[in-house]
Amino acid sequence: MNLSVQIGKLRMQNPVTVASGTFGYGAEYARLIDLNLLGAVTVKGIRLNPVPGNPTPRTAEVTSGMLNAIGLQGPGVDGFIKKYWPFLRELKVPTIINIWGTTVEEYAEVARRFDALGGVGALELNVSCPNIKEGGAQFGTDCKLLSQVVTACRAATTLPLITKMSPNVPNIAPLAKAAEDAGSDALAVTNSFPAMAIDIHTRKPKLANITGGLTGPAIKPIAIKLVWEAAKAVKIPIIGMGGIQNADDAIEFLMAGATAVAVGTANFYEPQTALQVIAGIRDFMAKKNIPDVREITGSVQIPKK
Amino acid sequence: MLEQTVTIVSNERDTDSYFRLVLRAPQIAPLIQPGQFAHVRILPLKDALLRRPFSIFQVAGDTFSILYKTVGKGTDVLARMRAGEEVSVIAPLGHGFTVPKAGEEVPLLIAGGYGMAAMFLLAQRSPQKGIVFVGGRRRVDILCEQEFAAIGWEVRVATEDGSHGEKGLVTQPLLAELRNLKLKTQNSKLFACGPTPMLKAVGKLAEEFYLPAELSMDEHMCCGVGTCLACVIPVKAGAGWEYQRTCTEGPVFDARNILWEIPK
Repeated sequence: MNLSVQIGKLRMQNPVTVASGTFGYGAEYARLIDLNLLGAVTVKGIRLNPVPGNPTPRTAEVTSGMLNAIGLQGPGVDGFIKKYWPFLRELKVPTIINIWGTTVEEYAEVARRFDALGGVGALELNVSCPNIKEGGAQFGTDCKLLSQVVTACRAATTLPLITKMSPNVPNIAPLAKAAEDAGSDALAVTNSFPAMAIDIHTRKPKLANITGGLTGPAIKPIAIKLVWEAAKAVKIPIIGMGGIQNADDAIEFLMAGATAVAVGTANFYEPQTALQVIAGIRDFMAKKNIPDVREITGSVQIPKK
Repeated sequence: MLEQTVTIVSNERDTDSYFRLVLRAPQIAPLIQPGQFAHVRILPLKDALLRRPFSIFQVAGDTFSILYKTVGKGTDVLARMRAGEEVSVIAPLGHGFTVPKAGEEVPLLIAGGYGMAAMFLLAQRSPQKGIVFVGGRRRVDILCEQEFAAIGWEVRVATEDGSHGEKGLVTQPLLAELRNLKLKTQNSKLFACGPTPMLKAVGKLAEEFYLPAELSMDEHMCCGVGTCLACVIPVKAGAGWEYQRTCTEGPVFDARNILWEIPK
């Protein structure tokens, strides 16, 4: 039985990673799960300099999901390399580093720095964070800007590039195509959905940032549709994510067109989820006599009219 | 820190809307330090996904307990669970209180409402007995007074409606004692858990009287293990400040390091 998949040059021993921002820098969960069983570890977004992040409250629970507006708090490239890289470097599985910037040049500079570091599995370009004023989603919702970011990073590194797509667009296809044409090796679909919640007793927004990104099972069907649409538009592999809680959810993403998946919000309430998903995919393949996980990708059967 | 599905030994009403939940957790119980917390997944909750953090109240043999108030969807469902049912816990978590050593400062504990839950283990494990100041809105908000008395602690009560103990905030009897101590030039140390305005007031008193203080901070929490960065508070660091995680660097912080507002 083959569970391994290829994301550009990046080989994953199974198709399951974790979503950036839901797994810290890996070490935090190493006390609860064996990270070496994952397909890859994906770490929280890093820009060139340290970022303090947003005021609190930064999260709010909503029906079947949560809102977050962390504001990409992070240690910057140097802080990450000093504090977190020594641990990640020793893992047997690859690390995908999520990077961002407020300018095209900054994205490229961060990419260059991680290229020079050596040993990084892949870079995920965060062009879709809804919770920061500059950078993030502004690059992910405009074909021209997206193309510039990917082109600049492509020139800066030979590492596999995964472009993390914004869901907040009328049509994902042209953006997916723009990322592919500019040299992205893969797409991550999708990031969180801009959303809001109000405390009716205090009449105040539940987040200090007023709005945040919705994640968790509540977004899964929307994410499935985005993966399906993106997969039709590009030839490069897609890492599907959005509300995955179990293997059934993950298999649905694969059938919609994803080559790999990422477990996100579920890590927060059930740190074993990613490992359960891997075991469940294996069980499904055994029961259905599927020798290779890659056969599941895009296998949704759309009825002919 | 372990993640385990554990069985409820009992889950009974304490006073009013407060409940005591006892969990059988033989591997977790011996690891627990005063001021640490358990992150509980209430398994029957279906559409509210996140774990709920609770201060660990007592440890007895192979069990530990939490003392909680029903405040919303999660605790309402938890209060209906019965002995024999299961919850998932990640525990013990966080950086707790420094247990005073024999002959050191006299510990003065300050608790507001169910903040009292976080103080019991500290009182029990401290070789040096002291005074516990407990405050609440009404008589029913004053928890486990007898249990502190039973382990040799003096308990001073304040209620906002005056239905039990002194009428007013818990900081009043504390202030009276601090003035008294000053006359006696006795060394003491403050430990507190409760609502943020109370913690801030305790921190201010500690500063005024040049006393060390450890405060257990309450900030809206998500993952509980340091990954999501939801529960941060601004803390002094070097010449500047940084956000630290209530779940990991905290919940207990040295009062001198806490910044109550984000510096401009």
